[in-house]
This record gives sequence, structure tokens and C-alpha cells, in this order.
Amino acid sequence: MTEAMGQAAIDILPVLILAGGAILLIFYAMFVSRALQVWSALGAMIVLAAAGFAAGWYLGDAPDVTFFGTFAADRAWLWGTLIIIVVTALTVALSVEWFQSDSRHGEYYVLLLLSGLGAVLLAGAIDLMELVVAMLLSSVTGFALAAYHRKSRAATEAGIKYYLIGALANGAMVYGVALLFGLAGGTSFEDLRTGLVDADPLALIVGFAMVAIGIAFKLGSVPAHQWMPDVAQGAPAPVAAFLLVAGKVGALIVLMRLVMVLPESGVGWRPLIAVIAAVTMTLGNLAALWQDDVRRMLGWSSVSQTGYGLLAVVAIGRSDIAVSSMLFFLAAYAMGNMAAFGVIVKLRGLTSRESFRGLATPHPWLMGALVVSFLSFIGIPPLGGFTAKLLLMGAVIDSGYAWLAVLTVINSAISLFYYARVMGPAYFDDAAEPRPLMGSLASWALGIATVAVIAIGVAAQPLAAAWQALVLLTG
Amino acid sequence: MLTLAIVVPLVVAAVTLAIPKRHEHLARPLAIVTSFLPLVVVAISWARFDFSTGFQLVESAQWIPSLGISYTVGVDGLSLPLVALTALLFTVSMVFPFDVLGKPRAYFATFLFLEAISLGVFLSLDLILFFVFWDLSLVGMYFLIGIWGHGEDAKRSALKFFLYTLLGSLALLLGILGIYLYTDPRTFSMIEIIDKLPVPAGGLAATLIFVAVGIGFAVKTPLVPLHTWLPPAHVDAPAPASTILAGVLLKMGTYGFIRISLQMLPETFQRFALPLAILAVVSILYGALVAMAQTNLKRLVAYTSVNHMGYVILGVAAAGAIGLGSEASRSIAMTGAVVEMVAHGLITGALFLLSGSIYARGKTYELDQYGGLAGASPRLSGIMMLAAFASLGLPGLAGFVAEFQIFAGTLGVFPWLAAIGLLGIVITAALFLRMIQQLFFGDLPARWGDWKDLKRAELYALVPLAALVVVIGVVPQWLIRVIDTFSQMVARG
Repeated sequence: MTEAMGQAAIDILPVLILAGGAILLIFYAMFVSRALQVWSALGAMIVLAAAGFAAGWYLGDAPDVTFFGTFAADRAWLWGTLIIIVVTALTVALSVEWFQSDSRHGEYYVLLLLSGLGAVLLAGAIDLMELVVAMLLSSVTGFALAAYHRKSRAATEAGIKYYLIGALANGAMVYGVALLFGLAGGTSFEDLRTGLVDADPLALIVGFAMVAIGIAFKLGSVPAHQWMPDVAQGAPAPVAAFLLVAGKVGALIVLMRLVMVLPESGVGWRPLIAVIAAVTMTLGNLAALWQDDVRRMLGWSSVSQTGYGLLAVVAIGRSDIAVSSMLFFLAAYAMGNMAAFGVIVKLRGLTSRESFRGLATPHPWLMGALVVSFLSFIGIPPLGGFTAKLLLMGAVIDSGYAWLAVLTVINSAISLFYYARVMGPAYFDDAAEPRPLMGSLASWALGIATVAVIAIGVAAQPLAAAWQALVLLTG
Repeated sequence: MLTLAIVVPLVVAAVTLAIPKRHEHLARPLAIVTSFLPLVVVAISWARFDFSTGFQLVESAQWIPSLGISYTVGVDGLSLPLVALTALLFTVSMVFPFDVLGKPRAYFATFLFLEAISLGVFLSLDLILFFVFWDLSLVGMYFLIGIWGHGEDAKRSALKFFLYTLLGSLALLLGILGIYLYTDPRTFSMIEIIDKLPVPAGGLAATLIFVAVGIGFAVKTPLVPLHTWLPPAHVDAPAPASTILAGVLLKMGTYGFIRISLQMLPETFQRFALPLAILAVVSILYGALVAMAQTNLKRLVAYTSVNHMGYVILGVAAAGAIGLGSEASRSIAMTGAVVEMVAHGLITGALFLLSGSIYARGKTYELDQYGGLAGASPRLSGIMMLAAFASLGLPGLAGFVAEFQIFAGTLGVFPWLAAIGLLGIVITAALFLRMIQQLFFGDLPARWGDWKDLKRAELYALVPLAALVVVIGVVPQWLIRVIDTFSQMVARG
């Protein structure tokens, strides 16, 4: 047993590094003086670098199913982990100056690491109990992060809404888990695969739907999407950037794993996810149309992006590009989102649409980065968002859901409208006065994210080659 | 070598942006000199053109082999004339004097960017590469119209242009994906797809793919009823951008109809040739009639573009109607369509630049504000009349060569439609004659007392266009010979 335990621990080394690093940092933040709190950011960076290095190292020979059948440390998980780690590291870089005035910001980085860890665990979960633990870790830390500016009304409001919806969704999920456990006689995904074949279809659909609500909350998809615009607008800008993407990465991967073990005939999960995808992308887009707050607009656009991402789930098992389309989507969306929020952080949280007028003249580089991220969201080639949409649409057409691709196309065209409401005035209106800016760390973060958005499109080959034959393990 | 025509303008565009502010007057000469390079590449390609084969001068490199995407460029009898047209129009548009609103670096960088992109569309022999350039052309034009457009509505026109054509291009992307999913092993190579025709003929899938790409191209061309983005975009765009929009970007639509709809889905195209020809005739008549009703010079020219693109599509539809008419008629119709693309680019390019000259002097496009300009500006009037006559199809000028072949070919395939379409020429003749009369004859209004004729820089831009219109009109053989290699192959079916 101890030997197996040791092997399992080695298999999930990136997880242990993140968890151990976070614990060490708590002690650091508890005991050092205010002036030294800022070094907690460096500590977090070191932890992330170590975890990222471990995950990258394991790519050569992935451990696969481990930890007594509850965890899939396969290549897809390693890639998802890498995306989450990069997102977290960029968030740390964006946060340092933003949180400098906050006396407790040492602990902030601990929460960030733990929240990232939650998403990482989510991406590898192949057991319902594991799923619950990962979901709660990621959510509870998220609530605290969203409301970290405890004196800001907007932040506390965002935190409360996030918490209420989260509590409801997580509650539903726990009920769903109980139901599925009762039906299948076990909690591992392998138990579900064998145990649910003859299950009562009604109970099965109710159980799955309730678990799906919990996952939908993390994804920001209908019916648990309402927190996204609030968090995007009210939470501290670096936190908003993080919360919009980190959870998505974990949740999309675990949702894919979960549907793979459901009986295709009984639940009819494929049409269900297809409808949710359709509603999510359309609702997010329509709600984003008339927003005059750029961060809120990005929040709604994030909802619509979730809808696009769900196309990969619809295609799983029917199209051989489903997994790679999902990873392209996650990587491109994550980097685009970090770039867009990076620009906002760099502009010290500037968020009303009006204040972007004429900013292209005083800040050509910043607006250039914003345009790159927006065009990537729309799906203009040769940016990462284009590669992602190309594969996502290819995957659903391949799976007999061509109507979803058509809807994606219509939604992408609609989305141009609200992005243009920010980009257009920035370039077309008379030059504005320069804005006060954040320091160079934010520039680095948003610069890296912007280059990554371009690279995921232009230099897609290494990723395409690495992802084309990936399989998601379920036990 | 073809790659240079794309890469060099792109690189210089970036360099232009990096010029220090105190040297920003260098942006224009740098851009103009750079734009001669694609012209040289075209000249060499023309000289080395092999009349016995299809795609040639092909350059290829791996891009995303895991997805069957490659970087492949090359030319054939269809694309070479369009590449030549593109290179020429970009050079003259940059030579043409224009108030860049104090942003010369950004303006000329955008122009060079758009030149590289436009050349890329016609040179690409990989569907994704083609689509990349296609979509980026929208982005470039959006910023050109939005930043340097004039009038209250320029921003809205820019957005309308972007929205419409983006929706069209996304439909095109769906169609491209549809074709791709039928290839085995999966590839986006246009040469291979044209060679193997992977989409099963006659099925629902082929129809859906045809409709999807058709919508994309019909928006861009534009075909009635998908043309509504065009008039505002043209009117509010700065003159050089209008020239590029009409001369180059519209050709991407007709080029796509030929290269993708016709060549990759020939059997489906043949099934839909008649409806397409009907749409073309509707565009011809509608464009001409609406142009007739315009009081705004630029809007008038814009609608004649709808009319002329109708001729092109009519020729293409006739050429693709395998089984109807003789092979010779279909081949003539195709050659006519391609010559019309070139002729329209030259003629309408000149007309838009001239509208810009008139606007620069009079600050309005309203025809009734003018009169008697012939005496005050003989050079402007002379070139404008030449372009107008060429546009209405006067023999001896480029438009005639094109339209004669289109109608001669179409008569053998869709005789009735050709007959109705000919009405369009009559209406265009009427409207251009009326335009000439309003602008140039009668009395010069007193407030235009100090009306200036064309400056030297304007002549540098306009004379090459006018000269080519005459040359193609008188000795078209050198152009037709290149196109014929392509037309005969397509007409054979």
C-alpha cells in the first residue's frame, strides 16, 4: 500500500508542488511584515514554475490513470494543467502592482495558487468524489478572490453573487453525485460506465443534469452563467481575468470525461449539450451587445465563448479532432482573455466604453494588443481564436451537428458588433489624452499573452501535432 | 519569387510604422517604391508564363501539416491578370495625392498591409491561406474606411462593411470546412481539391457547401440582394480606398466564384448555373437602374460596380453551365468575365480616383453642384470621359472587349438572359452620358471660378490606368492569350 501510495504521489507531482507551495506561502504571509508581503508573489511564481516544469517533464511519458483509479494524469490533463499554470502566472504578474496598496496581499497569492490547483484537480478528476473536492476547492477560493477588495461595493457584490450562484450550483451537484452514486453503485467514472447501462433513464438524466449544473457554474455556461458579467466587472481586474478562464479549463475537460462514460442511448446527453451550447453562445452574445462597461462586456463575451467551447463536448467520440479542438479553444481563449484584461489592468482598471475613445493615438501598443485579442475572440485568422473555431466547427460538422457550426458563424458575426463598439472609437475618434498606466510587469504579462494569441494561430503546428492523437482517459 | 510580392510589402509595412515621427514624410515614398516590387514580380511571371499548363511558379512550404494546411502560392491564367491588376491599382492609389489626416505612417502601413493581403488572396493555393488573406482584407479595409473615411457616417459604414462581409466570409469558412471534411487524406490544398473533386456530386452536402461558399462570394462581389453594404462603404471611403475596394476587393468575390464554386464543385455549379445567371441579370439591371437614379457621383459609380459585377457573374455562370451551349461559347464567356474583372478594376479605379479629385476641389459629390468643368479642367474631363465611355462599353476601349465576349459567349448558353442583360448596357450608357453632361457641359457655376485642373501627381496615377484601358481596348490579345489557357480548360468541363 505504501509503495502504491508513493507511486501515486509521484504521478501527481505537479499537484503536490502546487499544494505544498501554497501551504509554505501561507506561513510566509502569516509571519512576515507588510513590507515583505510582496515577495509572496515571487514565491508563487517559483511554485508555478516548478509545477509547470514538472507537468512539462511528464508530457514525455504521462502517468495516465493513477491514485487508485480516481485521477487521470494523462497528456490532456498535463496540457490543461500547463494552460492553468500559465494563466495563474500571468495573473500573478498582473496582480503585483494592483494589490500593492492592500496590506494583506501576501495571502492573495496563496488563494490564487489554491484556486488554480482546484482547476487542475478538476481537469484530472475521474471520480465523482474527486470532482466534488476539486470543484469546492476551486469555488471557495474563487469567492474570496472575487471579493478581495473588501471595501469596494462592486467587488463585494460580485463576490456575493458569485457565492450564491456557486453555492446553489455546487449544492445541486452534490445531490446529483449522490443520485449517480446510487444508480451506478460506485463513484468512479469506470463504475458509472458499467453501472449506468441499465439505470432508470429518468433518474439518470436528473442525476446527470444536476452534476452538469455544477460544472456549468465553473464553465460559465447556461444555466449557471450569471456570475460571469458581475465578476468580470466588479472583481479586481486581475482576479476577473483569472476566474473567467481557470475554471473553464478544468470544467470543460472534466465534462468531456464525464459524458464519455454516459450511455449514449439512455440520456441523450449529446443533444442536451448541443442545446446548452447554442443557448449559451447566443445569450452571451446578445447580452454583450449593448454593454457600455468593457469589463462587463468581456464577461458576457466569456459566456458566449463557453458556448463555442461546448462544441468540442458535443463532438467527443464522433470526431477525431474533438479533443484537439477543445485544447486549442482553451489555450486561445485563455490567452486572449489574459491579453484583454491585461490591457485593462495596464490602464489601471479603465472600463467604461467612453474612456477608450481615441486611445489608439496615445497608446498604440495597448490598443493593438486589445485589437488582437478581440479579433481572436471573433475568430479572425491567423490568430489563435481562428484555429480554435476552425477545429470546433470542423468537429461538430463531422459529428452531424452542422447547425451548431452555422449558429457559431452567426454568433461570431454578431460578436464583431460589440467588439467594434470599443475598437472603432479607439481608432476612429480624435486622439485622447494619455492615461496613467501600471508598471512594466503588467506590460510583460499582457505582451506574452498577446504574442501567445498570435502564435497559437500562426505557429499552430507544434500544438496541432501534440494534440491530434490525444485521448481522454476515464479510468 | 511570388512570395516576395507578399512578404516584402508586409515587412515594409512594419518598418513604416517604426519610422520616427520627425521623418514621417518618408512613409509615402517608401511605400510607393515598395509597391513597385510586386509589379516587377508580375512582369517576370508574365514573361515566364507557360501557356501549356495550369498552376505554375508554385512555391510551397509546410505550415500546419497535422491539419493538412500548407503555405502554397502560384498563378494560372485566372489569377495572373488579377495579381497584375492588384499590383498596379495599389501603386497608383498610393501615388494619387491624398490627405492622410496627419497619420502618414499608419496610412501607408495599412495600405502596404492591404496590398500584401490582396495579392495573397489571388496567389494562395491553399484554402486556409486563402481564407486568412481574405479575412485580413476585411480588417485592413475596416480601418482604412473608419480612420480616413469622410462624412458623418464613415464609422458606421466601416462597421457595416465589416459586419456584412464578415458574415459572408464565415459562411465561406463553413463551406471550406465542408470541402475539407471530404478530402482523404485531409488537405486544404486547392490544387489537389481541384484535381480530385472530393465532394460527392449531386448530394445534399454538395448543395449546402455550394450555398455556403456562394453566400460568402455573393456578399463580396456583391450580387443583389446582398449588396447593401457597398454603396455606403464606397461613398464614405477615402478615394484611394474606394479604388482598392472596387478594383481589388470585389474581384475577390468573383475570383472565389470561379476558383472555388466552379472549379471545386463543377457538377453542383452546373446545376445552379441558371439561377446564378438570373441573379447576375438582376444585378445588372438593378445596379444600372439604381445608378441612374443617383445624384451623388460616388454613389453612382458604386452602383455601376454592382452592374458590372453582374456581367462578370453572368459570364462565369455561362462558362460553368457544362452541357449547355458549345464549348467555344463557354470558353469565350469565361475569358470575357476575367477581362471584365481587369477592365472594371482599371476603369472604376480611375473613376473613383477622379471622384476623389473632384471632391478635393469641390467638397461635395452632388452632381447638380457642378457644370461646365470641361473648360476649366480639360485634363480631368478628358480622362473622366474616357473612363465613362469605357465603362459603358464603347468599342476600342477595355470595357467593350470584355462585355462583347461575355455576351457573345452567354448568347450561346443562355440566349434569353443575354438579351435581357444587354439592356443593362443601354441604361449604363444613358446614365454615364447624363453624368458627363451634368459635370462637364453647360455653364461653370460662378463659385468654381478658380477650379484647378489635375495636378501632376494625380496624372501620374490616372494616366497609366487610362492608357491600359485604351491598350486593352485596341490590342487585347496579350491579355486574352493568358486567360484563354484557363478558360478553355474550364469550358471543357
